[in-house]
Amino acid sequence: MADASYPEDLLYHPEHDWARIDGETATLGITWFAQDALGEVVFFDPPEVGSTITAGEPYAEVESVKAVSDVIAPMSGEIVEVNGALADTPEKINEDPYGEGWMVKVKLSDPSERDNLTDAATYTSQLS
Amino acid sequence: MLDAIGVGSIEELFDRQIPAAVRLGRPLDLPAGMAEQDVYAHLRELAARNTSAEDEITFLGAGMYDHYVPAIIDMLLGRSEFLTPYTPYQPEVSQGSLQVMFEYQTAISELTALPVSNASVYEGPSAVASAGYLARLANGRSRFVASAGLHPHSLDTLRTYARGFGAEVVEVPLADGLTDPAAWAAAIGEDTCAAFVQQPNFLGAVEDVEALAAAAKEAAPDAVVVGAYDPIALGILKPPGECGVDVCVGEGQPLGNRLDFGGPSFGFFAATEAYLRRMPGRIAGETTDVDGRRGFVLTLQTREQHIRREKATSNICTAQALNALAGVVYLSWLGRHGLVELAELLLQRTHYAREALTALDGVEALHSQPVVREFALKLSAPAGKVVARCQEQGVNPGLALDDDVLLVAITEQRSRADIDRLTEVLGAAVAAEREAVHA
Amino acid sequence: MSAVETIFEKGAPGRRAFVCPELDVPQVDGLLPDRFRRSEPARLPEISEPEIVRHYVNLSKKNFDLDSGFYPLGSCTMKHNPRLHERVAALPGHARLHPLQSPAHAQGALELMWNLERALSEIAGLPHVSLQPSAGSHGELAGVLLTKAFHSDRGDTRHKVLTPDTAHGTNPATVTMAGYTVVKVGTNPDGGVDLDDLRAKADQDVACLMLTNPNTLGVFDPNIAEIAEIVHGVGATLYYDGANLNAIMGLTRPGDMGFDIVHFNLHKSFTQPHGGGGPGSGPIAVSDRMVPYLMNPRIVREDGRFDLRDTSEKSIGRLRGFQGNYGCFVRSYAYIRSLGAEGLKDASETAVLNANYLLARLGPLAERLPLAFGKLCMHEFVLSGSPMKRELGIKTLDLAKRLLDHGFHPPTVYFPLLVDEALLIEPTETETKETLDAFADAIAAILEEAAGDPEVARTAPHTTPVRRLDEAGAAKRPVIRQSL
Repeated sequence: MADASYPEDLLYHPEHDWARIDGETATLGITWFAQDALGEVVFFDPPEVGSTITAGEPYAEVESVKAVSDVIAPMSGEIVEVNGALADTPEKINEDPYGEGWMVKVKLSDPSERDNLTDAATYTSQLS
Repeated sequence: MLDAIGVGSIEELFDRQIPAAVRLGRPLDLPAGMAEQDVYAHLRELAARNTSAEDEITFLGAGMYDHYVPAIIDMLLGRSEFLTPYTPYQPEVSQGSLQVMFEYQTAISELTALPVSNASVYEGPSAVASAGYLARLANGRSRFVASAGLHPHSLDTLRTYARGFGAEVVEVPLADGLTDPAAWAAAIGEDTCAAFVQQPNFLGAVEDVEALAAAAKEAAPDAVVVGAYDPIALGILKPPGECGVDVCVGEGQPLGNRLDFGGPSFGFFAATEAYLRRMPGRIAGETTDVDGRRGFVLTLQTREQHIRREKATSNICTAQALNALAGVVYLSWLGRHGLVELAELLLQRTHYAREALTALDGVEALHSQPVVREFALKLSAPAGKVVARCQEQGVNPGLALDDDVLLVAITEQRSRADIDRLTEVLGAAVAAEREAVHA
Repeated sequence: MSAVETIFEKGAPGRRAFVCPELDVPQVDGLLPDRFRRSEPARLPEISEPEIVRHYVNLSKKNFDLDSGFYPLGSCTMKHNPRLHERVAALPGHARLHPLQSPAHAQGALELMWNLERALSEIAGLPHVSLQPSAGSHGELAGVLLTKAFHSDRGDTRHKVLTPDTAHGTNPATVTMAGYTVVKVGTNPDGGVDLDDLRAKADQDVACLMLTNPNTLGVFDPNIAEIAEIVHGVGATLYYDGANLNAIMGLTRPGDMGFDIVHFNLHKSFTQPHGGGGPGSGPIAVSDRMVPYLMNPRIVREDGRFDLRDTSEKSIGRLRGFQGNYGCFVRSYAYIRSLGAEGLKDASETAVLNANYLLARLGPLAERLPLAFGKLCMHEFVLSGSPMKRELGIKTLDLAKRLLDHGFHPPTVYFPLLVDEALLIEPTETETKETLDAFADAIAAILEEAAGDPEVARTAPHTTPVRRLDEAGAAKRPVIRQSL
């Protein structure tokens, strides 16, 4: 498993999710803290492409052997792509939570929501 | 021990933890305890006042059947290592139980030709209701369409569960002993959550499940087609996985389990791959240990109540592991060809019985559909009274239904001689009752 | 070490155990149209009886079981299973009795069930019993559906059921199945229900509160009378999860505490063997105001004769086929007749004594494995492995796996969820002081070993038929049947 890391170029939601914003779209996933708490991920149930997600609401579930967690959307929008590779190798979420462990890409409906997210330093200071 | 705890008496343990206001303060109003031999005598006395399959030649069926239970099942189920452990939460010391579950799942999957099976549910009718819950969680709809050919207990149980989670049950009538195909197709629509059929149905008739499933899918592609099957009949009947059935459930008692006045037995529950993560109950999976040894564990536990809690696929915790062990041992004991031979034997003897009985005066077939091991007769006399007369002669002719219907079941323990005796006794009983009416 | 083979990998074509009775009736062709026939037999094994016996006997030897050793699983009540029960359950008058036999010919069975109902009623302190449910959670479903019918009969539609956050997972799962929404009620620092939280959440939209008392922390809630008042005050029902009944038989009764509905686990306090995961049986007892809704059929007694009858139009209906798990009734009834009034009370007293003694013996380890709540316990107690994890680097899981090497089945781990690194221990009354001492010594030894070398526990067990198994792999790529 990777060491604890929280890339500076990402924005963070207190429910342990991150967003990488690129113009009108954002890539979303869960943080190192979340995957560490879950243990080895065995199943990721993605939403459908085309469906809408709302900031602060769960949009998917991620399962380890002994636990299920809601994945919370840090920002709202329409799903334009899901990471199909996770169906065969869900452990990517543990090994590379910010890279190959990305979950969905959304077309943002309200980019100003980024103001509700925090930077890496603030997020990690809230972890205890 | 009290010193180690730091209290003066056992009483103090309770005085300090249970408020005086709710203390019972008197002995339980129950008889005093008895020595082992006296308990045995009492239980034997109670047993003596029951007429079991040992005491009469019985043709009772309707969901549970007097098949022969091989002696090795008694022996294996009596072994401490199978009888007394808990659910396998520590797999390293439960490989026996877990491998049995895996083998059982394989056997049920083979029998039903459906790829996914769980490790058992309680019994038949609640398995039907469980399938309804699965469908409800899968497509969110609120209407169940159920053939009137389902066992009355299954229909009743389905309704009870459905009322809980907010679904209604619409019944499709039978016509000439089979689910009315036109009524079935008409009843199923876009709002249908699941459609249920029993095979063979409650009156023993072999349904055209393939046609019914196709009709259901045509009218409602997302509805779940549920088939409730007799496991012994599956020895020769086309399996549900080849008939378009999505979920197959059934009463497992005929597979190596005693009658036991209705339980414990087990329910089997199998489905297509699509419903793997919606399955209720325990599932065992194959894996390896750190040294590369082949082993088995409970898997996909995140479906279950102890993890998923309010979002679980069911609330099942304790299932029927010991009874499922009997099931897989029985299927191994019958073997690939034995199960077929058994079912063929039943097919022939059932036909013989139906022919012989319908040749009697005052006895007609309720329907003439193909049957495998059970059939329904229409009597020209009150069925309940006919049954009572037959029992006086040491023969239980079957289940009296409504006023004048008799449901007759055949197992391999009912020989030709037994069937001939039934014919004799039933004929006399019907004649006597008809006379009594006219007298 | 021999390779693990399933029954499907044994045998050979042509072998068989079953000898089919001869066809003694004329053979008739065409009875079953081809389109209804299987084209291929199910690929069951072809195997002889000696092979079947050897296979399953050897499999059984890979199981740890209660007859062989201590099994302190919390809330499971792993007490000794007397073999008399197997003998009486096997009597043909019980075992070969068809469920649809006419009541006139099943008077022994109906009387047994009637007597069992009366005994359970007396133990629970509630007048009316149904033996129908197949297991504890089935009884829970019955209870919540009864509640629903009760409210509905009063024209009252409610949407919520309260459960404490210490509740067993079956409680919330049942609530959803019955069409209600779960609302969690908090636990106070003493381990009981947080009364303020309960008062805040108990309103006219709450149908029921589901409680276990003592709860899964092994704590008897001293505020039970007030809890009943609050719940009844808003017109809701109070449901008792009987999983922990072993602590209180003959000492207090749920009916006297104010509960409306109680379920029993015959496979816990009443010694129906666990069978590796069932069968069980979950009868319920209810108060007068709930009886109109009780499942049909009921056992009735008239002039000393027994019958099975649908007695109420308002019944919620059936929850399963036939009468319930009669085989379990026979065993539990034999147990109750063996122990009698005194014996049942004795059982509970000893269960509580044993738990407190074991707790006291583990007292010296309290810095690493502290008691989560209170000072005394009822029939079980919860320790937290958090300090042990911090200071010794081994988790509750590792302690559990290392206990296997010492010949003990571990306690329940990671439940209740409220306690971090939880270890829920229930010795039951049928264990000797010597066993409890040995168990406490084993835990002490494991902690001491971990202080020197935590790796041993982290890689335990070492002496079992298999070592730690890849559960993640089994969940990721499930293989749930033999491929053939």
